[in-house]
Amino acid sequence: MQSDLLKRPLPVIYRWLGDKIFLTVVVLLGLTIIFLALSMAWVLYKEGSLAIHQFGVIGFLKGSVWDPGVQYVFGALPFIFGTMVTSIGALAIAFFPAIAIAIFMAEYAPSWLSKIIENLVHLIAAIPSVVVGIWGIFVFAPWMRETVYLPVVNFATEHYPSLLPVLGSPIGYGMTTATIILALMIIPFTTALTRDAIDKVPREQREAAWALGATRWEVIRMAVIPYARGGIMAGTMLSFGRAIGETMAVAMLIGNKNNFPFSIFGPAATMPSVIINEFREAVGNMHLSSLMAIGLALFAISLIVNLVAAYISRKLSITGGQAI
Amino acid sequence: MIKPVKSLKQRNLRDRVMESLLVFSTILVMAPLLIIIGYVVVQGASAINADFFIHELGSPARAMQGRPTGLVHSILGTAVVDFLALIIAIPVGLGAGVMLSEYPDHKLNPMLRIINDTLNGMPAILKGLLAFALIVKPMGTFSGLAGGVALAFVMIPIIARSTESALMSIPWTIREAGLAIGLPRWRVVLSTVMPAAKTGLVTGFLIAFARAAGEAAPLLFTSFGNNYLPNHWTGMIMGPVDTLPQRLYSLAISPYKEWHAMGWAAGIVLLAFVITLFITARMLTKEKKY
Repeated sequence: MQSDLLKRPLPVIYRWLGDKIFLTVVVLLGLTIIFLALSMAWVLYKEGSLAIHQFGVIGFLKGSVWDPGVQYVFGALPFIFGTMVTSIGALAIAFFPAIAIAIFMAEYAPSWLSKIIENLVHLIAAIPSVVVGIWGIFVFAPWMRETVYLPVVNFATEHYPSLLPVLGSPIGYGMTTATIILALMIIPFTTALTRDAIDKVPREQREAAWALGATRWEVIRMAVIPYARGGIMAGTMLSFGRAIGETMAVAMLIGNKNNFPFSIFGPAATMPSVIINEFREAVGNMHLSSLMAIGLALFAISLIVNLVAAYISRKLSITGGQAI
Repeated sequence: MIKPVKSLKQRNLRDRVMESLLVFSTILVMAPLLIIIGYVVVQGASAINADFFIHELGSPARAMQGRPTGLVHSILGTAVVDFLALIIAIPVGLGAGVMLSEYPDHKLNPMLRIINDTLNGMPAILKGLLAFALIVKPMGTFSGLAGGVALAFVMIPIIARSTESALMSIPWTIREAGLAIGLPRWRVVLSTVMPAAKTGLVTGFLIAFARAAGEAAPLLFTSFGNNYLPNHWTGMIMGPVDTLPQRLYSLAISPYKEWHAMGWAAGIVLLAFVITLFITARMLTKEKKY
């Protein structure tokens, strides 16, 4: 009898307290993620504050001189420009082919082929950035120099000498090479996200178009793409974010030139590439702090891109603006 | 909007043209990507040998004199740093995933979901800077631990998201069955939902692991790199340590021809490792049936 009485409080501990403890632990772990994101912003601001106070927020972002050697002046504009040009360029190259692959996979290809392509896309998306980079350094950049840059520059020297400063030195490592590699790297990512968006289009939507006598392309054009538009746009935004943050392959191929003027074929730099190249060697406090401030700018740009992507997918993806 | 009516012939022609355009661009894009893999495999296979797996790198002179060099220290370092990252990332990611899926009404969830996705989209290099400020600066030295933490930051959002979707795929009736026989909620989660979602959870860990294993950017200023094996195994955690992706970068930008060849060898090892992880993850996903 007594033993039964002793046992009674146990379930209370087991149930009530157990649930409380479990919930607390789980929420604490969830809060860790929130804390991580906030501490990232705070740490970057704190470490970069020296440079931010010295040059001012606007002054730092607009400053076009990056000179850790003599003048000891730091401005982020060349890197922001380099990041924006390479990322937008990469997205412009990657956008249509990526969507084309996704549409081909989802609508045209027989299912065995579609499965092969899908697995390949995922496989390719898994290639580490440095592995693409080593191919770029030893194979792609020399090939581009021999087959594209040199002939174009030679042609320009003969016929339009005024174009030469715009084209820049054809060493192979530069803005165009980095942009093309970046495009190759984000294509699988964009394709996978576009495919997800197309898969969400309900069957009825397609069947309605078929019933109207549409050809296969017209079904895609009238029923599939408008419906998947939001998802495709959100996926494109996310790919853009990927391109902005892509570090290793770009750092290996862009040639790393820290000051304006940049040229089409010539070397340049991006925000991640300058951090990678100079952080390990930076000695002065102001230099380190400026690199952290560039990190903060990169954080801000990525944050905006990601939030816009989240907003688009919430507003547009489920219904494509109408239906349901 | 009134469009001029086209004949069926024209419309079918257009269908054909679009189809061939799609096929063309698919081939156009897949070809260079497959060429990359092909190059790495061919060049890597010719550069790799037994020395690669049993010797350490040493100074450039060592390779130029033709003495045996390898990357055994990078392979061991990668294993240590990656597993360290996994050990740190799994509890946090799992906990956050459980919070998102098992307590769907929790007030913090919408915010957590957005922040987690944003963190996932953040460039890995920023996670390296964060680990640098949080671990390297206070410790006063580059270390494998800092590298592990940096990679954990890469893994956590991926694990949280995949855990959430793995747990969500378990029907609510299973949870209700558990509650109906008198299990408290925490036992329902731990003993019925999580075992049922086991495959999905492991897949998520593998994908996060594969993503982090290929990252070099956060490691360059956390685990830093090291041409030699540390004297004692604690040196792997407390001191600068080499990892494959970071070593591959250093080899590729070095001026030595012998090191370039070793870079290709490192490339094939890294590629094989990452792709094996991904294929395992995808095969697990295929088996998953409830």
